[in-house]
Amino acid sequence: MLLNQFLLLAAVLFCLGVYGVLARKNAMLVLMSIELILNAVNINLVAFGALNDDVGGSVFALFTIAVAAAEVGIGLAIVLLMYRNRRSIDLTQVDLLKG
Amino acid sequence: MSFSVLAAEAVSGVSTRTHDANWFLENAWIIPLLPALSFLVILFFGKRMPKKGAEVGIAAVGISFILAVLTGFAWIDHRDNFELDGGHAEHAIVADGSTATDQLILTADAGHAATHPYVAVQNSTQWWQSGGIQFDAGILVDGLSVMMLFVVSLISLLVHVYSTDYVGGDRRYTHYFAFLSLFTASMLFFVLSDNILQMIVGWELVGVCSFALIGHWWEEKPNSDAALKAFLTNRVGDIGLLVGMITLFFAAGGGKTFDTITINENIVQGTVGHTALVVAAVSLTAAVMSKSGQFILHTWLPDAMAGPTPVSALIHAATMVVAGIYMVARLYPVFFEGMQIGGSSINLLATVGAITLVFGGLLAFVQDDIKKVLAYSTVSQLGYMAMALGVGAWTAAVFHLFTHAFFKANLFLGSGSVAHAVHSFDMKKDMGGMRKFMPKTYITFIIGSLALAGVFPLAGFWSKDEILVGTGGWGLFGGTGGNGAYTLHLTMGMIGAALTAAYMTRAVYLTFHGEFRGDTHGHGDPHESGPRILVPLYILSGMAIVVGFLNLPAGLQGIPESWQERFGHFIEPSGASYFPGIAHGTPSWSLAIVSSLIAFAGAGLAFLYYFVWVDRRSKHAGESLTGLPNGLTTTNAIARTGHKVLVNKYYLDHLYTGVIAGFTKGPLARAANWVNQNVIDGTVNAVGESSVRTGTLVYEKIDQGLVDGFINGSGIVSDATGQELRRMNSGRVQNYAAILFAGAALAAGVFVLLLAL
Repeated sequence: MLLNQFLLLAAVLFCLGVYGVLARKNAMLVLMSIELILNAVNINLVAFGALNDDVGGSVFALFTIAVAAAEVGIGLAIVLLMYRNRRSIDLTQVDLLKG
Repeated sequence: MSFSVLAAEAVSGVSTRTHDANWFLENAWIIPLLPALSFLVILFFGKRMPKKGAEVGIAAVGISFILAVLTGFAWIDHRDNFELDGGHAEHAIVADGSTATDQLILTADAGHAATHPYVAVQNSTQWWQSGGIQFDAGILVDGLSVMMLFVVSLISLLVHVYSTDYVGGDRRYTHYFAFLSLFTASMLFFVLSDNILQMIVGWELVGVCSFALIGHWWEEKPNSDAALKAFLTNRVGDIGLLVGMITLFFAAGGGKTFDTITINENIVQGTVGHTALVVAAVSLTAAVMSKSGQFILHTWLPDAMAGPTPVSALIHAATMVVAGIYMVARLYPVFFEGMQIGGSSINLLATVGAITLVFGGLLAFVQDDIKKVLAYSTVSQLGYMAMALGVGAWTAAVFHLFTHAFFKANLFLGSGSVAHAVHSFDMKKDMGGMRKFMPKTYITFIIGSLALAGVFPLAGFWSKDEILVGTGGWGLFGGTGGNGAYTLHLTMGMIGAALTAAYMTRAVYLTFHGEFRGDTHGHGDPHESGPRILVPLYILSGMAIVVGFLNLPAGLQGIPESWQERFGHFIEPSGASYFPGIAHGTPSWSLAIVSSLIAFAGAGLAFLYYFVWVDRRSKHAGESLTGLPNGLTTTNAIARTGHKVLVNKYYLDHLYTGVIAGFTKGPLARAANWVNQNVIDGTVNAVGESSVRTGTLVYEKIDQGLVDGFINGSGIVSDATGQELRRMNSGRVQNYAAILFAGAALAAGVFVLLLAL
């Protein structure tokens, strides 16, 4: 079973996602990085489901994809509004909640 | 609400026998309620009514009067036909322990009393209760209260009618009638009260109403002063009342009950200590002295003439001043046992009464104001009543109260009628010869004066004679029995009779005879008053003639026995459990004749002096009475001194205002001031200063240092923490995400470590 390879791929993907979320200034790229993290998890779920011969993993992955679609919808709407108000989607400039 | 007829056995305050008493007797509480309601109605709606509220007052008191008359008839029926057993056997529930006292009354007055005992009707309801003591509100209806209901409501009704003319057009006409109603209601409430607490309430209510009415024309300083004097003098006696009533509550009521009958019964049965009774009796005598104008606290009574004349009539005849006499009569066992009236030959009440009747009568001689003559006459007559109570002549005192109410109201209203015509009360300056102008008033005034002077067969003769008989001091021709040989008091009573006849002769002469001395300011001659003034006068003078026959002495030849002592039979609770066993004097023809002769001698001397001597000198000199030179009081040194003492009213007002109040204002006030400034203020200041010092210390060290430090410290710590933590709150979503991931990684690390372990 090639489980380790899958897990390795997922871990690399996850790390790339985390890096993207933390390091990117562009909100669009941050959203895409979040998708990377979610899909890393999906790979894990499907891999473990196949390993255990259980369809539950795949079902969970489908759920995650549905939820991710909704999340991206909201996220894109926020980014759109941000652009309308500021003419920019640079996250470093969005710090109105600074304490 | 419990309807009960209290018979003799109700020692414990629990009525053990019920009986369907007459409706009027049980519901006599309506009688005071009506004028009380009328007070409120007049006060709130009077000004908008067509007759300014007078009609409400007259209607209320009129209905009360009718009810009082019906109650009187009901009482007569009850007194004669009430049977302890027999007809009402089904109601006669005899409780344990009652047999002994039953026999006591049954044997006390054999014959009539055995079958028809004197049983009061009591109807009370619980007002509230506290600590096992029940405070009742209720009525006690017996002969005494029924008689008072009749007198008060009748006189009040006549005064109401009279007032519509007399104070007509007054600026506070409505207010006047409102208080007249309240005054009547208070007195009716007082005479009906069945417990001493209620009596105190009624007593004070009467005092407040008299204050308001005496000061009716308060714009003039003397009037408001008189009202204040009446009120404050009464406060002095009220202390006695409170002390006496409290003593009775604890000594005779066992600290459990205020019920008048129970208290009286306990005293009659001898279960109350003598010392307590002496204290109570003396304290209550002080209350009587202020309320009923006994010497030395009588000084407010003549000043109370500042009020409108109908009010004076009401105060002097039916309400206020007789409250004291009524209180003694109601709580008679207290005085009878406390002052040992049955045994000793001298006691406080009788002596105060005797002094009052002579000294008050003397003062009436030097008054020029006709109302003040009558006021001192009232003082003197109240002295008679107090003396009669003091010597054990209970019925005589109450009977004199009864007859006096009519002829004194008659005289006051008569003097008001004259004053209404000449717009003054000064007999010497503004009256004289009034019989020509006011023949009808003159006749009624003469009848009242004769009744007051005790001329046979008018009312005053019978009641005064009974008092003299009651002293038991008449030793001639067989003696008169009574409760003891009060010879001194008999003598004082005789002197009083002569004085009464003499000063009334003087007043009649100065007012109605001689030449008219007044100035009508071009309004023509004074004229007779209208019917609303005359009709009450006719009624009252009619009463002054006939009421004496209500109590014809026993043993009088040629008069059927059923006519004798009717008043005493229905009023005096002889044989009742709450009344002491007083002895009765035997009437004596010789005493009646001698006292009449003395009265005639007094009247005759005064007649000779005023009608003959003064009249002739006045005509001879061609001067008015006020301008007469060289009268008796200017030529004779002794007479001059006496006159001066009397004019100054025995210097009692000087004593009160000059000496007592002066001492209080002068040295006593200065001493009090010194003590106040140096001792009390010093202490207060020292306390204050040390408080300030302690406070400063506490403030600086503890409050500012410790408490505030603690509070500030916690604030500072919170602030610093907050300052540190706010750096985390950068507002950048990626920073938050970093912290989140770090936290998640940390948690995951811990999780893995835990799993590995």
